[in-house]
Amino acid sequence: MKQVSYQNLTRGIISENPALVMLLGMCPTLGVTTTALNGLGMGLATLLVLILSNTAISLVKNFIPSTIRIPCYITIIASFVTVVELLMTAYLPNLHAALGIYIPLIVVNCIILGRAEAFAAHNNVFQSLLDALGMGIGFTLALVALGLIREILGAGSAFGYQFIGEDGYPILMFIMPPGAFLALAGLIVLFNKSRRI
Amino acid sequence: MKPVSLLRLVFVMLIVACGSAAVLGFVYQITTVPIQKANDAKELAAISSVIMEDFDNNPFKERTLIPGKHNQGQLTLYPARKDGKIKAVAIKTFSDKAFGGKIELIVGFFLDGTISGYKVISSKETPGLGAKVSEPKFSEQFIGVKPKKKTFKVKQDGGEIDAVTAATISSRAVVDAIKKAYDAYHKFSTRM
Amino acid sequence: MSYLMIFIAAIFVNNIVLSQFLGICPFLGVSKRISTALGMGCAVMFVMTLSGLVTHLIYFNLLQPNGLSFMTTVIFILIIASLVQMVEIILQKTSPMLYHALGIFLPLITTNCAVLGIAILAVQKNMSLMEAVCYNLANAMGFTLAIVLFSSIRERLSANPIPKALQGAPIALITAGLLSMAFMGFSGISH
Repeated sequence: MKQVSYQNLTRGIISENPALVMLLGMCPTLGVTTTALNGLGMGLATLLVLILSNTAISLVKNFIPSTIRIPCYITIIASFVTVVELLMTAYLPNLHAALGIYIPLIVVNCIILGRAEAFAAHNNVFQSLLDALGMGIGFTLALVALGLIREILGAGSAFGYQFIGEDGYPILMFIMPPGAFLALAGLIVLFNKSRRI
Repeated sequence: MKPVSLLRLVFVMLIVACGSAAVLGFVYQITTVPIQKANDAKELAAISSVIMEDFDNNPFKERTLIPGKHNQGQLTLYPARKDGKIKAVAIKTFSDKAFGGKIELIVGFFLDGTISGYKVISSKETPGLGAKVSEPKFSEQFIGVKPKKKTFKVKQDGGEIDAVTAATISSRAVVDAIKKAYDAYHKFSTRM
Repeated sequence: MSYLMIFIAAIFVNNIVLSQFLGICPFLGVSKRISTALGMGCAVMFVMTLSGLVTHLIYFNLLQPNGLSFMTTVIFILIIASLVQMVEIILQKTSPMLYHALGIFLPLITTNCAVLGIAILAVQKNMSLMEAVCYNLANAMGFTLAIVLFSSIRERLSANPIPKALQGAPIALITAGLLSMAFMGFSGISH
């Protein structure tokens, strides 16, 4: 039993990392990671929604007929996303402004609906919670790593701390759209290489 | 799979929808005030950072709306008073010509119409590029300038303003927004 | 904003996939062959234009007047999901040919964040009904252009030897990066 719980927790972080292995949730992964902090904020927001939705769905799974499960899940997820969005606007307005349109789009982040369908709908609350935690942490780590790479290369800073300086000629391309694709490609190559060792 | 009656489907969906609406309504109610406060605090902080004169009123409470040129949106004007007399004003202005679409600034003016500073309050400019228009390196050159002059343009357009390197469009948008604010200020001061 | 500008800006300058990062999942997922990419593009155009129309009407006639704009996300995603389902059923009954061509792509569209994203952006930008419909159509066209270009590159790539480490996702992302770089050349046109 303990072994299963451990597996459910760690699977999302390495072997089935949603962003780097499963390639799910690519829109926020590429869109908000211009800085490491934005990546962290987005990752934590997704983690929170994932925990709430996985727990809620595994709680109500027995009451929902399978023909209408998808609309029900979507409604539940969308409600949690809106709750997170409202709380964020109220208490973290700067982060909310930086993440912009990508917050409501957590609803259509395939990770969330995917985990609801694939895991929470068949497992008990505790295991679903562990799964959400693992997947969310894996996603957050990937976003922070990508944000960090792009911020260091593209702006010469890390977590807002400037170490190359204004005139250090950072490679601006990395905080622009093309850099997102290239940095993610590089990160996946590194991740796959290190996983095989 | 055993067939499920239509009534049950509708009932379950209804329960889910009601639950969702109830939760949302509740969270919305408890967050309305903090959201308003957070927005107000942001603007008030920006206002006090661009007005250089001493003031003892709450400019945010005394704001008035001034229609822009050609019906292009409204600008908000915040008067700063000391002992009841207007000492300086801050104006919330915007430009649609920025790289990421819209950029919003609060610009402070001395009573003679020269700029006392500005602060970007919302923008979608690229971090590290266009977003540099909110850094002092760029914004300080506006202090003490009167935007009426013909040379109030970026150098690329034959003016005197040094654009941020590789972000001419964002710099141009700031100039555009400040010009709008100046027009509004002019309207306000002739009315005064 | 003139209608022509809406189209140019949405298709080239702020391409929905390559510079706004919406709809990346289908962009990477169904782009191995030109024909499937084209099918996906058409289905997205159809659904997005329709959803643009419906979401706009509901937002400005139902949600906003009643102070319910905080429900936008929930309502919109439900509208889109049911719209997709409805289109699927109607197509199946009335035009089996079209259903055969687009059918398999329709369910995938519900989780295409481009549809929800553009619907939300259109109401956030306070567009008129006509502008919103054009904006949705234009962005869907941008999506189609991007995915067709991308798939035609990938079709050629698949015939070439690729270093083992780059096979699969990395080479696709690098290709997308180069395409995105090419599209950056358009930036500045609308200013």
